[in-house]
Amino acid sequence: MKMNTENNVYTLVYATVMVIIVAVVLAVINQGLKARQEANARLDQQKQMLVALNQDLDACADPAALYDSLVRDTIEASEDGKNANIIRFEVDGTTKYILRLHGQGLWGGIGGYLALDEDKNTVFGINFNHESETPGLGGEIVTPKFRNQFNGKHIKDAEGQLRSIAVLKAGKKADEGQEQVDAWAGATITSTGVNDMLLNNLEEYKEFLNTEYRVQNTEYRVQSTDQISPYSVSESGLSSVSVNGQNEKED
Amino acid sequence: MALSKKTKEAFLGPLNANNPVLVQILGICSALAVTVQLKPAIVMGVSVTIIVAMSNVVVSLIRNTIPTRIRIIIQLVVVAALVTIVSEVLKAFAYDVAMQLSVYLGLIITNCILMGRLEAFAMTNNVKDSFMDGLGNGLGYSWILVVVAFVRELLGSGKLFGYQIIPDSWYIANGGFYDNCGMMLMPAMALILVGCIIWAHRAINDKEEKK
Repeated sequence: MKMNTENNVYTLVYATVMVIIVAVVLAVINQGLKARQEANARLDQQKQMLVALNQDLDACADPAALYDSLVRDTIEASEDGKNANIIRFEVDGTTKYILRLHGQGLWGGIGGYLALDEDKNTVFGINFNHESETPGLGGEIVTPKFRNQFNGKHIKDAEGQLRSIAVLKAGKKADEGQEQVDAWAGATITSTGVNDMLLNNLEEYKEFLNTEYRVQNTEYRVQSTDQISPYSVSESGLSSVSVNGQNEKED
Repeated sequence: MALSKKTKEAFLGPLNANNPVLVQILGICSALAVTVQLKPAIVMGVSVTIIVAMSNVVVSLIRNTIPTRIRIIIQLVVVAALVTIVSEVLKAFAYDVAMQLSVYLGLIITNCILMGRLEAFAMTNNVKDSFMDGLGNGLGYSWILVVVAFVRELLGSGKLFGYQIIPDSWYIANGGFYDNCGMMLMPAMALILVGCIIWAHRAINDKEEKK
């Protein structure tokens, strides 16, 4: 029997049934895989923080366990709770702080994790990620060659004033008292984005950075790691890898 | 495996003589976007192959029930559902790859090869032939992507699969004579490379026809 598939009622019913079936299938799949996806996203962020802490991920079989062994607690960056929380780690017996960074590159968002020494001044390590910077140009900010330049630099001047670190083209000099690294050649806008990201984000963490470190962190509300998740502050889901066909504008 | 001539043709045609990229000039947009490096190009090729084959099967299964007036919408719903499923599965089981493909995974929906094959083949052919047609077109698309990505990654960044192939000592920066071709990183070069492949493809095929 040949159905009349041109009938209006048939068309409407067909469309409705089709959409309902697809919606149910997608909902079931989404629910079924959700836990795994969230675990993956969490692991990805942990790995990025471990890279910022100069941990060798290639030599590490279980990054999640390594992360758990290093992480200590989370500190609220400011009383109003507007800024992302700062996570305290202990690496080789010394305290490190990880500050989450977010900014704007050429094509999309860029982000990163800045690991500071106990003095809240010396950079222990840093890791960048981006959504869609040009591979080979702006995308190179994720490479060790770029990020290792930051290691050992200071974000404050000799007087203890917060100055950030300038990302400048070779040959240019930063302002007096500010330390600098080289921008990535050919990726002017992404490099400027990294520069601005550091400047703006460190300004947001000023309250934390300008407070003298005391042994027990008594001036901060300290929560245990089980209750608060550091990931709740990260909504963008940036990753350290990306593909993109667009080209970076050369100036 | 005994396959009818038609089934064989449905599978082998798109690999060469009726290649979706080279002859039908479909799916060029994504070919430009994901071919800077080999790895994303391969994953993209595999994803597209799976989705074309699956959506061809689904549409072929229900082809006699689809109301003609809304057939394009129905096809889109099938493709969109499959793309969403693939992207969810990748996020759950191959997170790195899913992140690397980022928006391009979702953009498979807009790949003209999909709609083209559904409309031109799956709507009028049986399930087996449609499956082979989808497989053939997906692979036909994939091999172009891989060739373009191979050239672009090798000449553009001196690497293959992210591993350095051109020796460091060759580079001008290290006192050598060589430098990467920055043009290769730009999308325009993918178009020019596809053009070169089409040129070579036509030249060879014309010769065969004249024999």
